Amino acid sequence: MIQPQRTAPISVVLGAIGSIRSAIIPAIAVAFSGIGGAGRMLGAIGVVVAAAIIGTLFSYIAWRRLTYTIGEQDIRVESGVLSRSARSVPYERIQDVSLEAKLLPRLLGLVAVKFETGAGGSEDLALTYLTTAEGERLRRLVRERRDDGQQAATSADPAASTSGDADKGDVLFAMGPRRLLRFGLFEFSLAVFAVLGGLLQYVDMVTDIDLWNGDLWRGWLEEQGTIIASLGPYAQAAGATAGLFGLALIGLATGILRTFARDWGFTLSRSTRGFRRQRGLFTRTDVVMPAHRVQALVIGTGFMRYRFGWHGLSFVSLAQDAGNESHVVAPFAQMDEIAPIVAAAGFHLPDERINWHRASRRHRNDTAIISALPFVVAAILGAVLAPLGVALIPLGLAVVMAGAQLYAWEFRRHAIDPEQIFSTTGLMSPTSRIATRQKLHSVEIAQGPLARWRGYATVHLGLAGGSFSIPGMPLKTARILRASILDTIAATDYSQIDAPLDQAFNTDQSGLAANLAAT
Amino acid sequence: MDKSSAPTPVDQPSDDEGELTRLHPNYAHALRVQAALTAIPFLIGSLVLETAFRDQAAFPSGIIAGPVLLIALALIIRIPARRYHARGYQISADRLRVVRGLLWRSDTVVPFSRVQHIDVHQGPLERFFGIATLTLHTAGNHNASVALPGLEEARAREMREDIRAHIRRESL
Repeated sequence: MIQPQRTAPISVVLGAIGSIRSAIIPAIAVAFSGIGGAGRMLGAIGVVVAAAIIGTLFSYIAWRRLTYTIGEQDIRVESGVLSRSARSVPYERIQDVSLEAKLLPRLLGLVAVKFETGAGGSEDLALTYLTTAEGERLRRLVRERRDDGQQAATSADPAASTSGDADKGDVLFAMGPRRLLRFGLFEFSLAVFAVLGGLLQYVDMVTDIDLWNGDLWRGWLEEQGTIIASLGPYAQAAGATAGLFGLALIGLATGILRTFARDWGFTLSRSTRGFRRQRGLFTRTDVVMPAHRVQALVIGTGFMRYRFGWHGLSFVSLAQDAGNESHVVAPFAQMDEIAPIVAAAGFHLPDERINWHRASRRHRNDTAIISALPFVVAAILGAVLAPLGVALIPLGLAVVMAGAQLYAWEFRRHAIDPEQIFSTTGLMSPTSRIATRQKLHSVEIAQGPLARWRGYATVHLGLAGGSFSIPGMPLKTARILRASILDTIAATDYSQIDAPLDQAFNTDQSGLAANLAAT
Repeated sequence: MDKSSAPTPVDQPSDDEGELTRLHPNYAHALRVQAALTAIPFLIGSLVLETAFRDQAAFPSGIIAGPVLLIALALIIRIPARRYHARGYQISADRLRVVRGLLWRSDTVVPFSRVQHIDVHQGPLERFFGIATLTLHTAGNHNASVALPGLEEARAREMREDIRAHIRRESL
């Protein structure tokens, strides 16, 4: 067990394939560039072959030189060809272990094992690639070792002793093809055009075709333009409609395809070890998150999907999820589906009795004035410099902006209860954040010059792995909020020493909450 | 647990209106020297421009260097004192409060039990003035590190030891 081990030998092949893949576009460029005349096809093949040989060689050496050791306390990875590096990650610092299988490794029965430590993105430890069985074994091992170390520190999950198999848990949330299709419809995206633009730019760089040459396009447009002009107004309108329709169709198709590729077979289950999420059509990922590491919840939605009652739930934790700061655990669900997941994570949704607070009215008025100000300035300039009617446009916009800010205030609110803090923002698509008071790390009251003059403040809560701030809170409320949060944090420590004190404190706590409600 | 954590926070919550502890007076001097060092290149630059345009009759002498000198003097004499007075800290049994900022006020409280690690840092200027910067690192994304500059060096080390005694092994 203590012996250094190597990753799966087939990863060498994958490394080679990877380098061929990155050589293909330069090879195509060589083939079509016009450099080297007739021999350029040969040149292109040469580039690919060279890439294959060099890639195989390098990935073989890298494979030979990378070993990992499963120790008693930590995992050690030694790697590097010329400059060696040895990294050790203690089990108790591993936030979660995720298995990721991209299409090609998946066909070969391999997975990439990633150890999330909260160090952020590329700093995390990853083993590419292990066989699926070895990956699963490693993950179980890490979890067991980590939990052994923590048993003394944290109280064990009550469910842990009752259910048997650690990996098979109750399915909390799953999405079938019908749900995915519906989800995809809301994921309307024109990103495909951005990708096309990028590709065109690349083509422009490596070939002789000058895409940004105006004459080329003008000639083409004039040619088309004369054809269109000869069609008459009805045909023109029909053409424009068809164009828009096509655009919408492409957008919808992109959304659906992307959703299917990303979330195919989405399953979230609650096991004794935490939450487990599996998803992906081509790239299959399998992430396990310990429940007690969930720092906060974010419930988001979109403008359209909100009208149909669809929301998305994410967990905020120190670990990152494919570049996002939080893990999506239910991307597209109704609130009654989200509630059980929230409960399973040890949180609760705000109930009817909770006392919501709005931002200060002064803050509302100030933001409305500030957002309208640029348009008012533009309107004044327009009134002075431009013909009469022009000034009305920015003036109208100013009214709209101010109105939107005033209306948005109705939707910006926060609340606090003995365990949690809630905050909701957003006019058209409200986003809610729920954080546990006890898991916050610092509280800052920040005030700019205007806020000081007008007597409100922004409260920034130090949340591990995410951000949580409540703007425009009256200064007095902010101070009371901070005092009660800090007392919760402090009380957590003392509860371990002295239980009765903790209880006495809890009643004191609700007193504080009532106090807050009174303000 | 050690004895220093004995006083309960329940009976004596951190008083927001409470008296802030002033930083070491040398901190204002350090800020002043720093401002002077920053101002020197601008002063030299303005003098160079001044000599370059001396022959032109359109510019009365001192039109560039004068304002620059005034701004520099304000930055060196007035602002450090105000910044010094705007800063302060308050340390209680279980938390540290750091207040700073002239225009953009910020008032941060870090509970000791949430501190990940502590730095005491001294730059060359700080060493000359015998002061140090105490930095508390937390796991939160916001306020990942809270710096408290301008402490007397011995005091900074003493505070570090105090806070370190409170850091317990805790899972995130």
